[in-house]
Amino acid sequence: MNPETPTTDGLQFTPSPVWPDWFRSAQQDAWNEYLATPAPTRKDETWRYANIKALDLSAFRNAPPIASEGKLINASTGLEAIAAKLVFGNNALVHSQTDGLPAGVVVQPLDVAARENEALFRQYFLSQPVELGSHKYALLHKALLSGGVLVHVPANVEVALPIELYHWVEGANSSVFPHTLIVLGDNAKVTVVDHFKSADGAPAFACGINDFHLGRGAKLDYVAIQDWSADTLAFHINSTVCDRDSSSTALVANLGGRHIRGESFSKLAGEGSRSVMLSINPLDGERQVDQRTLQDHAAPNATSDLLYRNSLDDKSQAIFSGLIRVEPGSKQTDAYQKVENLVLSEDAVAHSMPGLQILNDDVRCTHGATSGGISQDELFYMQARGIRPDLGRRLVVAGFFHSLLERLDNETLRARVAALVNERLGVKVAD
Amino acid sequence: MPALEETEKPDLNLDRSVGDFSYDVQYQYDAGVGLTEATIDYICDVKNDPDWIREFRKDGLRKFLEKPMPTHWASHDLDNIVFDNIRYYLSQGTQPKRSWDDVPEEMKQTFERLGIPEQERKFLAGVEAQFDSEAAYSNIKAAVGEQGVIFVGSTEGLHKHPEIFRKWFGKVIPTGDNKFSALNSAVFSGGSFIYVPPGVKVKHPLQAYFRINAESFGQFERTLIIADEGSEVMYMEGCTAPKFETSTLHSAVVELVALKGAKIQYVTVQNWSPNVFNLVTKRGLAHEEAEIKWIDCNIGSRLTMKYPGVIMKGRKARGEVISIALASDGQHQDTGAKMIHAADETTSNIVSKSISIGSGIATYRGLVDIPPHRKGCKNNTECDALLINTHSRTDTYPAVVVRGNQNATQHEASVSKVSAEQIFYMQQRGLSEGEAMSLAVNGFVNDLVREFPMEYSVELKRLIDLEMEGSVG
Repeated sequence: MNPETPTTDGLQFTPSPVWPDWFRSAQQDAWNEYLATPAPTRKDETWRYANIKALDLSAFRNAPPIASEGKLINASTGLEAIAAKLVFGNNALVHSQTDGLPAGVVVQPLDVAARENEALFRQYFLSQPVELGSHKYALLHKALLSGGVLVHVPANVEVALPIELYHWVEGANSSVFPHTLIVLGDNAKVTVVDHFKSADGAPAFACGINDFHLGRGAKLDYVAIQDWSADTLAFHINSTVCDRDSSSTALVANLGGRHIRGESFSKLAGEGSRSVMLSINPLDGERQVDQRTLQDHAAPNATSDLLYRNSLDDKSQAIFSGLIRVEPGSKQTDAYQKVENLVLSEDAVAHSMPGLQILNDDVRCTHGATSGGISQDELFYMQARGIRPDLGRRLVVAGFFHSLLERLDNETLRARVAALVNERLGVKVAD
Repeated sequence: MPALEETEKPDLNLDRSVGDFSYDVQYQYDAGVGLTEATIDYICDVKNDPDWIREFRKDGLRKFLEKPMPTHWASHDLDNIVFDNIRYYLSQGTQPKRSWDDVPEEMKQTFERLGIPEQERKFLAGVEAQFDSEAAYSNIKAAVGEQGVIFVGSTEGLHKHPEIFRKWFGKVIPTGDNKFSALNSAVFSGGSFIYVPPGVKVKHPLQAYFRINAESFGQFERTLIIADEGSEVMYMEGCTAPKFETSTLHSAVVELVALKGAKIQYVTVQNWSPNVFNLVTKRGLAHEEAEIKWIDCNIGSRLTMKYPGVIMKGRKARGEVISIALASDGQHQDTGAKMIHAADETTSNIVSKSISIGSGIATYRGLVDIPPHRKGCKNNTECDALLINTHSRTDTYPAVVVRGNQNATQHEASVSKVSAEQIFYMQQRGLSEGEAMSLAVNGFVNDLVREFPMEYSVELKRLIDLEMEGSVG
C-alpha cells in the first residue's frame, strides 16, 4: 500500500498472517478499491432516504485480541441440541465444537478453508455481486476479513441438528467482519443459526457478509439473531443462490444495534427453486434499520416470498426498499413481497419502497406495504379483561412478530427466537 | 398448454393513422431553434409580457440550465432530447380567435378531424383549442360567463386578471421543482387560466384540446385553475398529435388551487404520436375540506413522465389519482402519483392500471408522504399491471413515508397476464385471438374507465379498441 494513501477512518489495512498469499494480495486490491470508491450519497437510488451521517466510520479501529475469552464461550449458549458450534471473538476463533457433525460435513474457519478447501473457497466466496448499495463496504469486509466460517454439506447429506455460530465484538470502537459461507451439495440439508453479540455496551462496528449456495434439491434453514449493543453500527449483506428445486428459508431478527444496514439478495437461479426471506425488527429509542432486498427470478417456475415486519417505537426509523426482478424467460414465476410497519409512537418514521421489475408476462407477482398504529379496539378489548394498555400494546407487538415466526419449520428454533423477541419486548410468558 | 405458449402472440402494433396528419401552416412568429436568453426576449416581446414575467422566464432558464437530467432514476431515453434542435415558440398571432368564422381554414380542418365542434354540441361549457403555442379559438358559453367564471388562455389571464393570476402562478409548482418545470417556466405559452368564483358549481365540463403541429417543436402550455371557496369545476383535456420524423417535446405545467371546500376534477386523455417526449408536471393544492381529483389516461407518446400530485394543505382535504396507461411497442409510460398529507385527517386514494404491449414499458412511480405530527391521515394505493406479450415489461416503484402512529397507509400491487383460459373460452365462442385480447383488456380497465366523464369514457374505450385493433389479423 502506498503509505501516503489517506485513510478516511481509523481502520488500518493490516493483512492477517492467517491467509494464504494469494488471498492476502486479493485483500490488498480490495483495500485499494475500497479507498478509491466514493462513499454513498442519498442521491444514489440504493441509498434513498438513508441516514448517511450514521455511516461515519472515523471512530472505529481494528479490534484488539479478545480479553474475556472464557466468559464469552460460556455465554455462547442457545439451543440445547446442536451438531456443531463455533465461537469467534473479535474475528478470532476461540471455540470450536464439531463432534456432532455427520461424516463429510465441513464446518471450519475460512482461513483454514482457503487452504484445505481452496477450490470450494475460490468458487463460492464473495461470488455474487453486491449491487444493493454497499459495494464499498463489501470491499472493506474483504480487505479486513480474518474470521468467518465455511459450512459445507456434501450431496445427499442431511445435518439433523442445527449448527450454531457466534460472533462476538468486545471493546470500545472495535470492528468485526463476520462471514458465513454455506455451500450445500445436491439434496443436502442443514439448519444454521448465526448469533451476533456484543460483550459490552461499547460502541462498535460490524460489517458482515453471508454467501449461501444451494445445490439442486438442497434445503437451507437459516436464522440470524442480531443482538449487537445499542451503540453498534452494522452492515449485514446477504446473498443466496438457489439451484434447481432447492429451497431456502432465511430469517433475520434485528434485536440490537444503533444503525443497521441490511441487504438481502436472493437469486432463483434454477427451475423450481424457492426462497423465503423473513425479517423482524422491533425498534425503539433512536434505532434505525435500513433494509434493501432483491428477489431475482432468473429461472422458470421459481417462487420467492418476502415478509418483513417492523414495530417502531419512540424515535426509531425503518427503511424498506425491495425489488422483485423477473428476467425474460422466467415463466411461471410466483413472487411475493410484503412489508408491514406497526407504528407505536408519534415520532417514529417508516419508509417503504416495494418495487417490481417484470420483464416477462407469464407471472404472478404481488407486493404490498402497510403502515399503521395499533387499533384502539384491540387495546380496549384487553383492557376490558384486566390487561393494562401498556402490556396490551406489547402483547400486540409480540403477536405481530410471533405470527411471522410460524414460517419457521424448526419448532425448537422458532420457540428460541420467540423467547428472545419476548425478552426484547419485556413480555413474560409462563411456561 | 404448450401450444399457446409456443405460437407467437399477435402483434399488437398500434394503428397510428388516426392522429397521423398534419397541414402546412404558415407561422407568423417563430423564435427559431435552440434556447438562449435571446429566445426568451423574443417570446416576451411577441407576447408583450409584463416585466415580472420576463424576469420569471429568465429565472426559469437559469434553473433549467443548472438542473441535471434526472437520469439517476428516470429513463436514459431523456438523453436523446436535443434541446438545441427544438423550436420553443411558434405562433400565428397572439390574439385568440373569438368566433369560429375567424379560424383559418387549415386549422378548422384539423379541428374537424379532432371532433371539436361536435364536442361543443355536446353541451360543453367552453372550448379552448390550442393550436401550437397560442389559443387559436377561445369561446366560453354565455351561461358560464354569467356565473363569473373566467376561462381564458394563460396569456390573456396574466394580462387581464393579474390580481388573481399572480397570486397563485408558480406557487403550487415552483420554477425549480424539476428540470422540465423550469424549462416550461422559461418558455411557456398557451394553456388555460380558469377562475371559478365562490360557491359557483360549473355544471358542464370545461374543455381544451391540444395539438402539436410543427416538426421539432416543443409545446409548453401552462395551465392554472383556481376554484374559490365552495366552488366546483371539471376540466378536460385531450391530445392527439401528428406523426413526425424527429422527436418532439411536450412539457406542460398544470397548477390547481382548490380553496376551502372546493372541488376540482382534471381529466386527461393523452394520445401523442410515438415520437413525442411528454414530460409534464401536474400538481394541485387542496385547502381545508377541498378535493382534487386527477383522472389521467396515457395512451401515446415515446416517453411519458407524469406524476400528478396533490398537496393536502388543509384539514380534511382529499386527493385522488385515477390513472390508466397503455404502453405499446417502443413506448414507455412512466406515470404515477404524489400525495403529500400536509394536514390532519387528509385522505388520498391512488388507483393505477397499466397495460404493456409488445416491447412497451409501463412504470408506476409513486410517493405518499405523511410529514411529522399529523393525525388521522389515510392513503390507499392500488396498482395493477397487465402484460400482453412475453417481452412486455412493467415496473413499480412506490415510496411510502409514514411518520407517527395515528395514520394508516396501504399499498398493493399485482402483475399478471391475460389468462390463457379466458382467451381460449372466447376463441371457442368464435372470437379471434385479437378480439378476445381486446375484450380482456377493456375488462381489465373497465372499472376505471367508468370513472371518466361519459364523453371521455366513450372516447377512451374507442381509443383502447383502436390500439388493440391493429392486432386483429
